[in-house]
Amino acid sequence: MNIRYQQIEGRSLGFYALVAGLGVLILTALGSVYFMEHHGHYVTGMNNRIVWGIPHVFALFLIIAASGALNVASIASVFQNKLYKPLSRLSGLVSLALLAGGLMVLVLDLGRPDRLIVAMTEYNFKSIFAWNIILYNGFFVIVAVYLWMMFERRMNKFSRKIGIAAFIWRLVLTTGTGSIFGLLVARHTYDAMIMAPKFIVMSFSFGLAFFILILIASYKWGDRPLGDVILNRLRNLLGVFVAAVLYFVIVFHIGNIYLAENNNVEMILFANGSIYTNLFWYGQIILGSIVPLVLIYHPAVKGNRSVLGLASILVIIGGIVQMYVLIVGGQAYPLEMFPGKDILEGYGGIVAYTPSFPEIALGVGGLALALVVVTLLVKFLPFLPESLADKVADPHHKI
Amino acid sequence: MNKELNRRDFLKNTTAVTAGVATIASGITLTTFAANDNPVTNEKRWGMLVDTNKLTESNINDMVNACQEENGWGSEIHSTGHQKPSWIKKIKVKDKVTGKIDMLPMMCQHCEHPPCVDVCPTNASMKREDGIVLVDKHLCIGCRYCMMACPYDARSFVHEDLSNQKEHMPRGKGTVESCTMCVHRVDKGEMPACAEAVSSNGVIFGDLYDANSKINQTLKKIQSTQIRTDLNLNTGVRYSGI
Repeated sequence: MNIRYQQIEGRSLGFYALVAGLGVLILTALGSVYFMEHHGHYVTGMNNRIVWGIPHVFALFLIIAASGALNVASIASVFQNKLYKPLSRLSGLVSLALLAGGLMVLVLDLGRPDRLIVAMTEYNFKSIFAWNIILYNGFFVIVAVYLWMMFERRMNKFSRKIGIAAFIWRLVLTTGTGSIFGLLVARHTYDAMIMAPKFIVMSFSFGLAFFILILIASYKWGDRPLGDVILNRLRNLLGVFVAAVLYFVIVFHIGNIYLAENNNVEMILFANGSIYTNLFWYGQIILGSIVPLVLIYHPAVKGNRSVLGLASILVIIGGIVQMYVLIVGGQAYPLEMFPGKDILEGYGGIVAYTPSFPEIALGVGGLALALVVVTLLVKFLPFLPESLADKVADPHHKI
Repeated sequence: MNKELNRRDFLKNTTAVTAGVATIASGITLTTFAANDNPVTNEKRWGMLVDTNKLTESNINDMVNACQEENGWGSEIHSTGHQKPSWIKKIKVKDKVTGKIDMLPMMCQHCEHPPCVDVCPTNASMKREDGIVLVDKHLCIGCRYCMMACPYDARSFVHEDLSNQKEHMPRGKGTVESCTMCVHRVDKGEMPACAEAVSSNGVIFGDLYDANSKINQTLKKIQSTQIRTDLNLNTGVRYSGI
């Protein structure tokens, strides 16, 4: 059956309230940036030990989710799964929007955001960070072209080729993001190239959770039909991704426990009852992984889309917690400069970090930017199929 | 082929005196520069040997104070706790088995293969030909990735506006900084302020490559170590006694 795409009406009070609410969050973020840049980073909770705080947690979370949100389009055009095809445009849009939000936070947390032009013109090709700048910019271009191929009927025939390019690019991009940490040889809390595939699997999970929520919300609020076939397929996919993230987390930590040099990290960060221990076990593992898995696979709630929505929200919250434990916890643990010795004075110990309001506002502002981009663009361009009812979307649907 | 001199080469190859004059000119155009007759080459490798057995706690305190005085850090008003810059610090360690206590000064180790330089996206972190690791304050965007990468916690981020800066050591809010091995003094043939602050042989500064230098000869005779030797960074700062 032919899929017809249509803009949403976007004239309801709810629509304007949503845009206004997100606008307030974005303005608060920009005000916070002005405050932080004017005074300097002393007004934040960050310091010379915790150099990346809440803004980086949100920025990297959104960037990872961005590459994952493209998966739905990739499954359609690269793996030629017809069921996902009507969702491809939205998948590309969510992907670009999340990346824009993440990059906004990343750039505005720089010590000198006014020097962005330097980052664009001076490249150290040995730096994985510099490579990431190229990968992010390239991703924007590739996904924008991909969307054009999907929108323009005459170009449809190229969408598979560009889809494959986008898929490869996003795998490289997330490998790059994971390598930001994986290549930090000095820190026992990182320094493992398993970070790269782990980040890729995390992106699958976080990106799909965002996609599912946006899909459910836009069809519910736009009063358009959305069948169970698509949602159940996405539900199963999310379950597989959440389980895969859990697998990588377990492998990473078991590996650390086995290695004597990394033993301390595990004991001190994840077993001693510190804030990171609690966040890891209650936030990341239970709330962000096990509960969503139960919600996804328990027969009693199978097919319930509110429960799927809840599971997606938990995956997102668990993901943010996971990034917090990884980024902030990883820095809070001291560098092991003197193996075999205890440091009595001058350095060491787990450093405390209390995020300030402007930092949190900046991070949330990035999320709001991503959501407002999606909200406005689905109003102005035909991203969403008029109907995703089973008889329209399911190629095997029997009447 | 003639190579045009750009700012980066200028900073890398000329003395810090001239660099200092150039970098302080934020918003001001300076038209004259001091000429330099001794370009920086890789025939030298500046280094330092710290003998913890010969250093007392007050020696190390003197080193920290001398660095602060020379380079003008430490009088920040708003920064608290770990936000305060620390180009050099006193560290006290205790052996887990024997209980032996050592104290040492810790600063940028001026690695031959510095991780901070590898990770810097804009080439702001750089190593001079003579082994001194510096930050180009004009190129630093304040991403702090170098601080994540440094194995020695040697770098600081400037968290606030600064006033009364030293002319030879310009600093800037929102950029990263660390020990420069007092490059402005070294280029004039002087010693780093911290080394000068210790009258004993506790700190020896010199050219690691020069077979006649005191540091080279001492390193040949005594047992010394690099911190985190396992990383294979070949540091310019060496320690003995720990």
